[in-house]
Amino acid sequence: MLLVALTVTGVINRTRAVLAGRKGLRFFQHVMDISVLLRKGAVYSDVTGTLFRIAPCVYLGASLLALLFVPVADLDPLLSFHGDVVLVAYLLALSRVALILAALDTGSSFEGMGASREALYGALIEPAIMLAMATLAMFCGYSSLADIFSTARSLDVNLTIVMLLLGYVFIKIMFVEAGRVPVDDPRTHLELTMVHEVMCLDFSGIDLAMIHIGGWLKNAVMAVIAADAVAVAVCFRWEFAAPAAVLLAGLSVGITESLRARNKLARNTTYILTVTAMSALVLFVGYLLMKNIEIV
Amino acid sequence: MIYLITDNTASAVPIARIPVVDYMDLYNDLCERMKHERYHVAHYFAAQVAGGGLRFYLLLLDDGESKVMISSFVPDYYSEEGLPSLTAVHPAFHPFEREIHELYGIRFNAHPWCKPLRFPFDRYDRNSTMHNYPFYEMSGSSLHEVNVGPIHAGIIEPGAFRFICNGEQVLHLEIALGYQHRGVESEMTRSTNRLRQSVLAEAVAGDSAVAHATAYAELVEKLSSRSRSTHLERERAVALELERMAMHIADTGALSMDIGFQLYQVACEALRTMTINTTQAWCGNRFGKGLIRPFGTNFPLTAETVEMIRRNVGEIRRRYNEVRCEMKESPSLLARFEQCGVVPREEMRRIGGVGQAARASGLCRDIRASHPSGVYAEDICHEPIVKRHGDVMARLMMRCREMLQSADYIEKILSAYTPLDDMPRPDYHSPLAAESLSFALVEGWRGEICHVALTDAGGRIVKYKIKDPSLHNWFALALAVRGEGISDFPICNKSFNLSYCGHDL
Repeated sequence: MLLVALTVTGVINRTRAVLAGRKGLRFFQHVMDISVLLRKGAVYSDVTGTLFRIAPCVYLGASLLALLFVPVADLDPLLSFHGDVVLVAYLLALSRVALILAALDTGSSFEGMGASREALYGALIEPAIMLAMATLAMFCGYSSLADIFSTARSLDVNLTIVMLLLGYVFIKIMFVEAGRVPVDDPRTHLELTMVHEVMCLDFSGIDLAMIHIGGWLKNAVMAVIAADAVAVAVCFRWEFAAPAAVLLAGLSVGITESLRARNKLARNTTYILTVTAMSALVLFVGYLLMKNIEIV
Repeated sequence: MIYLITDNTASAVPIARIPVVDYMDLYNDLCERMKHERYHVAHYFAAQVAGGGLRFYLLLLDDGESKVMISSFVPDYYSEEGLPSLTAVHPAFHPFEREIHELYGIRFNAHPWCKPLRFPFDRYDRNSTMHNYPFYEMSGSSLHEVNVGPIHAGIIEPGAFRFICNGEQVLHLEIALGYQHRGVESEMTRSTNRLRQSVLAEAVAGDSAVAHATAYAELVEKLSSRSRSTHLERERAVALELERMAMHIADTGALSMDIGFQLYQVACEALRTMTINTTQAWCGNRFGKGLIRPFGTNFPLTAETVEMIRRNVGEIRRRYNEVRCEMKESPSLLARFEQCGVVPREEMRRIGGVGQAARASGLCRDIRASHPSGVYAEDICHEPIVKRHGDVMARLMMRCREMLQSADYIEKILSAYTPLDDMPRPDYHSPLAAESLSFALVEGWRGEICHVALTDAGGRIVKYKIKDPSLHNWFALALAVRGEGISDFPICNKSFNLSYCGHDL
């Protein structure tokens, strides 16, 4: 699971480099960057308060906790209880809120704009996450991620298609959550266009490292859930699901970032709503299929 | 007669022949004349005269008949009243009047925008500094101000941008420059060493080194009675078009980068490197520094260099054309660029926009066509490319087409070029005409570059004025982002790609 988190960024970088015809960074360059950051102290601006200092811990903690609830195919998660799907979704939201508050705490106009955009996108993507989770829960009658995926594999083959669709939706959600093209561009140096990156501008050293690691973990949560959904349909083994998560996330992000421009900021809301609509559609299709199964 | 009429190919004019008119006559004439699109102002400045006091010079370009109209006036030294402002009628005058006001304290009545321009050391009012620049303010509970710069995130020059926004929408952008002021103009007159002056001219704006050096060289040559060879003119035109190609490719790549489109970005970066390496193979410097010198050249083209340039330019043209065709049909790119940062033609005309930005708005300002000199007057009949929409896409397509056109011009010049064995060497010592005004107009890649010099009785340059196209076009950028989302500012900015140091001098 942690390995997934570490390798996704490497795959993204490598895909982009290959598509650009370059040699690219070392595969674990991002890990080395972080290890350098971890050895550094943090610099704080005079105008920031406690909120700003605890935000990285909350961000990392919440992402890590969310990770513990997610199974990798037949590998059981460390923690699990009824209703943890909701908890996972809101742990991710909590990490977002922590970062938004920290960004507002700096009083910078850029970070304020970034925070307002992030809050808007967060609010819009939440229904998508909840609907997708609800679809999962509906099939299995369980509301913990571990139970869902372990019962899901015994279900009818008709559900394969729904599961594949769900995988697709989760990948889309990951694009938004992780702030990748077309919603956001992590490579840009232009503060005015940033969403996620601008909120991290004032963090330094170990705080920045924590935020980066937290970001990877969030990525991994979404990637693994997506891969689980696919694994249910194809082959329910963790040996399959873990590499699938890395490849799905890495290749899809890498290819998209190379081959298209990012959206106009005003059109992002439409983009996110489309994701929500898609996940509502999946829920609906799933519901119909399920009724069908019961009748027959 | 209000104006002395000359053109871009004639030699320098004696100052005594420039009419001295009454300001009100000039004012009334300009108010009327500038309503027509064929006239635009190339330079307007004040110079100290020997006996004290100021003499104002105005260079007006008549695009219709390829003429340059020069006039001057001497305001009453002891008058307490200010002059009626031309800016109030024709905003195109605003940077010139602001500069005169800043340097000499001349008051322009009813000037709507009389703020400091570039904070030179010898400004009239020492209390006006960058720290108390009077930004416009708006009040309203839903408005917020965003200040960007003067230090920016990329490796670019300094300049302060103050946005007034309603949420994500920009209501107003004010651009405060002057951070890059180095005193180039006064440095040009400090020494009579013309090699030093050539090097300074190359440093006016690093991305237009060839264009500014050409302007300086032409200006000096006009002050002398010696004529220059057509070979030299052709070589200069090749250098100028190579610079245009390199910058247009670079901007295409930079625009792709700003929308996060990696594929076109890396393609253009590779092509741009090829272009500037071609210049380097020719003269040893990637930006063509050291290539353009008065009366001659240190790097005459040889048969091999000609062959190398033709081969490279042909290859770059072919590959760039592929990128261009792909770009034109990329939906995500079109969605970002079309209808973004529109500057309508009429506004472009009123603010005196020049160069490729003006042509993208449908306003045909191109020195190569309207006031041709050298190769453009003889071998090449330049047909300017004009787009109508005035948005980011139009400016991008403008670059694409001009880059192809430049490649064609280079091919045309070089295919008919027979290298000369005894090309003249640079000459830094031939005497210059005394008591004269000399000017040079060059169409750089960004637009019209105008250098003006005044000489004294000994033939020394005592006043040197430079105008980079950025001086006019920064205002066009401010107009382009009005009503746009603030996150689209970077692509609007990149689509103009204006020079900070060219403005600040």
